[in-house]
Amino acid sequence: MNIYADNAATTKMSRVAIDTMTEYMEKTFGNPSSLYTIGQKAKEALEEARADVAAVIGAQPRDILFTSGGSEADNQALRTAAKIGAKKGKKHIISTAFEHHAILHTLNKLEEEGFEVTLLPVHENGLVVPSELEDAIREDTCLVTVMFANNEIGTIQPIKEIGEICRKHGVLFHTDAVQAVGHVPIDVDELNIDMLSASGHKFHGPKGVGFFYVRKGIPVANLIEGGAQERGKRAGTENVPGIMALAAALKEAAAGMAETSEYVKARRDRLIAGLSEIPHCALNGDGEKRLPSNVNFCFEGIEGESLLLLLDQKGICASSGSACTSGSLDPSHVLLAIGRVHDVAHGSLRLSLGEDITDEEVDYIVDSVSEIVEYLRSFSPIWRDLKEGKAEHIL
Amino acid sequence: MALYSEKVMDHFLHPRNLGMLEDANGVGEVGNAQCGDIMKMYLKIEDEVVQDVKFETFGCGSAIASSSMATELIKGKPLEEVEQLTNKAVAEALDGLPDYKMHCSVLAEEAIQAALEDYRKNNQ
Repeated sequence: MNIYADNAATTKMSRVAIDTMTEYMEKTFGNPSSLYTIGQKAKEALEEARADVAAVIGAQPRDILFTSGGSEADNQALRTAAKIGAKKGKKHIISTAFEHHAILHTLNKLEEEGFEVTLLPVHENGLVVPSELEDAIREDTCLVTVMFANNEIGTIQPIKEIGEICRKHGVLFHTDAVQAVGHVPIDVDELNIDMLSASGHKFHGPKGVGFFYVRKGIPVANLIEGGAQERGKRAGTENVPGIMALAAALKEAAAGMAETSEYVKARRDRLIAGLSEIPHCALNGDGEKRLPSNVNFCFEGIEGESLLLLLDQKGICASSGSACTSGSLDPSHVLLAIGRVHDVAHGSLRLSLGEDITDEEVDYIVDSVSEIVEYLRSFSPIWRDLKEGKAEHIL
Repeated sequence: MALYSEKVMDHFLHPRNLGMLEDANGVGEVGNAQCGDIMKMYLKIEDEVVQDVKFETFGCGSAIASSSMATELIKGKPLEEVEQLTNKAVAEALDGLPDYKMHCSVLAEEAIQAALEDYRKNNQ
């Protein structure tokens, strides 16, 4: 059996996205800035894509800028807020401890440039507490940036409450919605979102393309200078095939969202129930407020990379927050942020399900993981110590 | 290119000398759970020769493969030879390890040296 259960890393492009992409590579390949017909056709298509994308998140088309992906949009959002803040002498930013590195590393840079950053705790359930955010807001706060849904543990943040608090205090609110767009309903007006980042390949679009929503009236800081594309805010000839495919994939995802999410959620819960039967394990992140596709567990006494390699032998693609999969000595900062100690954070497993997952596949995953965890524990010195009572169980 | 060489995958998927040795007279454990790797080596030494060896490892694919390869390299070998075992020899026997995984071969060397030390301490 072959099961791709790493959809939070990337997704397979949908048929409609591939077909759309091909059309704009092969036929309507003109430069949208050219005046002849195929150029102008590409331009029209681009504006249609912009309107389609805007409609999905309840935005105005002119407020969508296409980028190279989520990381670029995150960088641009932070630079935009920082520029506005600096002009007013407001150099304090609030974020969370478990953001994506596109946010955290940009915040590090801003700190070097004189900004002060407060990282909110995300607690054991992987959720920001709105009142803690409100308490952290200061006179000089220029931005709150909180991810919509976490990429590792899938927890969905109280975005509406956060948006209301930011609005009340007149602070800009950005959300990295890379894992959420196309999977959960988003309306930027209803949620008081000022800026939002998204990435095409997380919802069956292509890699290398994403978008940055920025509310009208916010002066955008450029990362790339050059031509007048994207209202002069993002220079470079538009990635028309990528953008068209992104829009096609997103439209399709949005159209089937309610039904898909219901279906996937039921399989997710079946998977969580099955894996919970394994002794000394724990689900990471809130059981309810999480993406329909996300399952993340820690297993005591084993290491994540060896688990992944053995799952791969069984045809299952998954990921882990173990240090060995990141090339550093520390396990995932997300798992540490929710209070998992190093010892168990190394034994984590993320399964992010596709929309076509079946009950049979879920059961196969449960059987495979159970078998492999038992095998790895059979020769783990940590497990021996736990079994012989020389160490105390954490989970 | 694959993450690991075929040899690493072979030793990871089919570890040699896996488990614990009830009558070991030299046991060494190195590493810690914080970093994600622990290796435990059990040696049965008679007449200054490693008659039997087994290992238990908590760690990634290359940690398990390094332990397995290290046990193969020292089984049946006289102690004076075992003392000379380096992490480089373990890594080379595995047809190389990715740079950031070299510490796994270091752990294998250290686990064996720790087991030897334990044996010497017990047999003074």
